[in-house]
Amino acid sequence: MAALDVAAVSHSYGSKPALNDVSFSIAPATFTVLLGLNGAGKTTLFSLISHLYDTRRGSIRIFGHDVSRASGEALRRVGIVFQARTLDLDLSVHQNLSYHAALHGIGGREARQRIAALLDIVDMPGRQHDKARSLSGGQMRRIEIARALLHRPSLLLLDEATVGLDIQSRAGILATIRKLVETEGIGVLWATHLIDEVDDGDHVVVLRQGELVAKGKVADVVRTSGAGSIRDAFSRLSRIEAAGTAGISP
Amino acid sequence: MPEKVAGIIPVKFEKFGLRHYLICLKGVVLRECLRFLHQRERFISSLVRPLIWLFIFAAGFRQVLGVSIIPPYKTYVLYEVYITPGLCGMILLFSGMQSSLSMVYDREMGNMRTLLVSPFPRWFLLVSKMLAGVSVSIAQVYAFLIVAWFWGVKAPPIGYLMVLPALFLSGMMLCALGMLLSSMIKQLENFAGIMNFVIFPGYFASPALYPLWRIQEASPLLHKICLANPFTYAVELIRFAFYGQIEWLSLGVVAGCTVLFLAAAIIAYDPSRGLVTRKQDTGGNG
Repeated sequence: MAALDVAAVSHSYGSKPALNDVSFSIAPATFTVLLGLNGAGKTTLFSLISHLYDTRRGSIRIFGHDVSRASGEALRRVGIVFQARTLDLDLSVHQNLSYHAALHGIGGREARQRIAALLDIVDMPGRQHDKARSLSGGQMRRIEIARALLHRPSLLLLDEATVGLDIQSRAGILATIRKLVETEGIGVLWATHLIDEVDDGDHVVVLRQGELVAKGKVADVVRTSGAGSIRDAFSRLSRIEAAGTAGISP
Repeated sequence: MPEKVAGIIPVKFEKFGLRHYLICLKGVVLRECLRFLHQRERFISSLVRPLIWLFIFAAGFRQVLGVSIIPPYKTYVLYEVYITPGLCGMILLFSGMQSSLSMVYDREMGNMRTLLVSPFPRWFLLVSKMLAGVSVSIAQVYAFLIVAWFWGVKAPPIGYLMVLPALFLSGMMLCALGMLLSSMIKQLENFAGIMNFVIFPGYFASPALYPLWRIQEASPLLHKICLANPFTYAVELIRFAFYGQIEWLSLGVVAGCTVLFLAAAIIAYDPSRGLVTRKQDTGGNG
């Protein structure tokens, strides 16, 4: 069963199309990079997957659960890190995480134990009582990742999670997420426009102005697009060529 | 069906029961209370506003505005006593709108998404948010009543208990209205305009400051507007409750409006039907 199955999804804001007939799937325990320049439709797609918007055309399934018809079951299986910072700056790290735990029906001792364990995983041990306002951008992101993992999701969505961070923080966060795929078996959809965040072994999905222009393993996308590297392929796919879908579905 | 998830051990997703719903409700209420406690200015301003009306406005108006014996009062009362229920309503009105203002802010800043991507039903999340807002409002009202008590404005002791359900229901109505308004507004700046069109007309076109019979004498049209204003009934419900009485018409109108506004807000925040998702999100650029 696919961790995420996006089938023929289209979305528009009034008369302005944002996504057009997008289809792809993500297998469990894989790292998939959703590539696209600003305005490609990545955030819209995330909003549809997380049921912030309703999917009016096409369907989205998370471990077989339709996001529109069984949103509760689908959302229990997904952890989300949004592009915009979503921590409450007036509250402490623990209060922020406890709130999220409560939103998933997790309370008391269980929540405390999970929070402590996850702060270790994201390299922020013992920072429960720090005010969110006192954290750096990279530390906030780490807390948001811990928050997204609190309810033990099977699929993790990260929308431009490293935007605005320095190179060291970016590398650290990326490494943490990749490790989670290996050790915990989580499927990851990592949206970015930064091509250096793609590894050779990753799967990629490339969006261009709301159209899916390539999907598959990095090597397959590079080969099918006739480029010499994924950087070159992304450049061609997102700026020059838009015809057809290159590559193989993961 | 067990699935491979974080923590390596397969976890079976059990169905949400009452316990999970209560944990969620408690979490939402606790967060609202913590936010309120961290924003001391908000608490102080919420207290100062009605106190200025009580200490200054009421003292001045006492000399020019006589209040005849009207239910629920059995004797002549000081003007300060008359406007206290209206000032309680004012706190609920401002607090309800402020809670909605925070929803617009949360939506702009992205915090709202953490609430809306919870697996609990959307209606439950919104009701929880409302209950959280009402809890904070009621705490503010009681803080005001304590200060008013020392100022010499005293209701029968039982009234302080009897007024609680009236405050709760009125608070729910005003929070639901605020939530509905917040769903229609895309940007925080637009909300300020709505506040002027809702709070001030709502407050002044009601018996909060002067009895309805006085308004009827002054302007029959304004009197009709007052009668069409749900806030009128919230104030009267609170006023009668202070004296251990139920004003049934007010109870019916406030309860009906609460259900109506809440249903409309739930529809507005429903991703498949609502107004909120028809507008482009500001959170990302992809």
